[in-house]
Amino acid sequence: MIRALIVIGVIILLAAAPFLPIPIPIIFSDPLNAPGTLNLIGLCFVFGGLALTYDLVFGFTGLLSFGHALYFAIGVYVPAVLLAKLHFTLPQALLTTAAMAIIVPLLIGAVSLRVRDTQFAMVTLAFAQAGAVYVGQSALTGGEEGLSLGSDSLPAFLVGVTNTHNLYWIALAFLIVSYCAGWWVVNSPTGKVWQAIRENERRVAVLGLNPFFYKLSSFVIAGFMAAVAGFVYLLLQGGASPDVTTANFTLTLLVMVVLGGVGTLWGAVAGGIIYEYLNFRLVALSNSAGLQGLPAIIRVPASEPEFILGVLFILLVLFVPGGLAGLVRRHSAAVAAH
Amino acid sequence: MSTFALLAVTGLGLGALYFMVASGLSLILGLMRVLNLAHGAFLTVAAYAAWSVIQMIPDQTGWLAMVVAIVVGIVAGGLFATLTEMILIRPLYRREIGQVLVTVGLWLATVSLIHGIFGADQKIIALPTALTETTAILGAAIPNARLIIIAFAVVLYLLLYFFLKRTRYGLIIRAGVENRAMVSALGIDVQRAFTLVFTIGGMAAGLGGVLTGANFGEIDPYRGTAMFISAIIVVVMGGMGSITGSAVAAVVVGLMQQFLNYYATGVGDFAVVILLAVVLLVRPGGFGGATT
Repeated sequence: MIRALIVIGVIILLAAAPFLPIPIPIIFSDPLNAPGTLNLIGLCFVFGGLALTYDLVFGFTGLLSFGHALYFAIGVYVPAVLLAKLHFTLPQALLTTAAMAIIVPLLIGAVSLRVRDTQFAMVTLAFAQAGAVYVGQSALTGGEEGLSLGSDSLPAFLVGVTNTHNLYWIALAFLIVSYCAGWWVVNSPTGKVWQAIRENERRVAVLGLNPFFYKLSSFVIAGFMAAVAGFVYLLLQGGASPDVTTANFTLTLLVMVVLGGVGTLWGAVAGGIIYEYLNFRLVALSNSAGLQGLPAIIRVPASEPEFILGVLFILLVLFVPGGLAGLVRRHSAAVAAH
Repeated sequence: MSTFALLAVTGLGLGALYFMVASGLSLILGLMRVLNLAHGAFLTVAAYAAWSVIQMIPDQTGWLAMVVAIVVGIVAGGLFATLTEMILIRPLYRREIGQVLVTVGLWLATVSLIHGIFGADQKIIALPTALTETTAILGAAIPNARLIIIAFAVVLYLLLYFFLKRTRYGLIIRAGVENRAMVSALGIDVQRAFTLVFTIGGMAAGLGGVLTGANFGEIDPYRGTAMFISAIIVVVMGGMGSITGSAVAAVVVGLMQQFLNYYATGVGDFAVVILLAVVLLVRPGGFGGATT
């Protein structure tokens, strides 16, 4: 009961952030309601939700997919191309994107789930790479340059710095909805079968259920939700860039989930939020004046956010298995024991 | 005819490079069930190590620089891979997901560190003039470097083949791919074989890194990732743990990319992924099954 009240309180507080001109030193460089701060928090929400969708596949079903970025990229690129290049209306673009976000993971999942474990990981990586190659080469996607959404392709309340608070609310709503959807699906009979497959696939098969269809359902649901995250990301960024299609991007999703705790919804969300925040701040740090005075042996690694996060990740895997959620669980178990 | 010959040799050259990366990856996968995502980083580190060392040689287009680059690349790749196995993989023995995850971290960290030290711009690799000259084959002017690369891959294949077939450690590795638990149960130290496949895989990737630089005339921090992903397709198609399977798949992938990219612009990279899907649907184990 108290926990529910705290959650509702936090949500109300987050929803009210655009009205609160409070400076939060150290954590944010601008006041809470400044467009820059709202945009950063919105991006954190998107990655929290995206990490959650990856956790459905990897954490709850036990499928190590290296191609999850592809479905996020569908949510970013398909509407961007349809709106900016082919002049679809917003509803038309969204319907087409939704259809693609179901068909593509369905086809790729049906092929790659014929193999398992490591081979599955490699095949999903290869498919995602094909997507990245396409985005890099095609004239439609703008190649390496990316694609910027013109102001006339979206309704007025979604465009411009003065409307950042609307995008912030959309991102917050996306995170809340995906958390609820995630919670509902992992506690549904289907979600229970996913977790049973993760623990022991053969036993599920012996019980008369077909693991293939359950794994495919996990793959498609998570892929679709990732595409929704991609669309919110597109709104926040105002355009698409090929970074989101790369193999590195999928790896960062894996880092987020492992950071927060594999197989826990809130852990994945926290991992996604913390990762994106750190990544953003570390980029700012790498451009800061204070760093320039340091000797090269410290300055060069410190100015590469991915280096710091990669090393942090290795240490985490070696010494903190279970991530943040594991730490919290061990801590509360220790408190309970006293 | 001359275009055909040029495309064929270029495709074979690409396949040769893929084989250098894929052979080690495949052995590691077959024996240890570890998908080593840092394998592309081995290639990149070796290439940059070789480039750094040959900057100290005054005559960069001489044969000495070429030989030094290849030796440094092989040693650097082997050393980096051995350290990776000893420091990062070994503590996570029996935690196979954890082993994959540390290689993810290593990949991210290494590529960005190389980017931080050397910058994103490519470094030009100068070749001995004898290698930039061409030889006429079926009317096509083939750069000699391509032929040398193919020759290196053939030698690597033969060395690996005889190592696996004729030596005691090769026998242990082949047996380990078939049934690791049984090899341990017979009292054989599989741990040393684990380190060994990493060292061999790193050396082959290191050779591949230097020769990739020679093939394209330049190195950059991201080439290793692209090579790694092609190698992944080769390994899945060839069957995990199979050197011959990897060799066949590498040739198929290299030729297919080259021909299709020429005759239907840009289609080659998709076509190999579609071929991969077809192979999986028809034959989920790939071309090869056992370690031969």
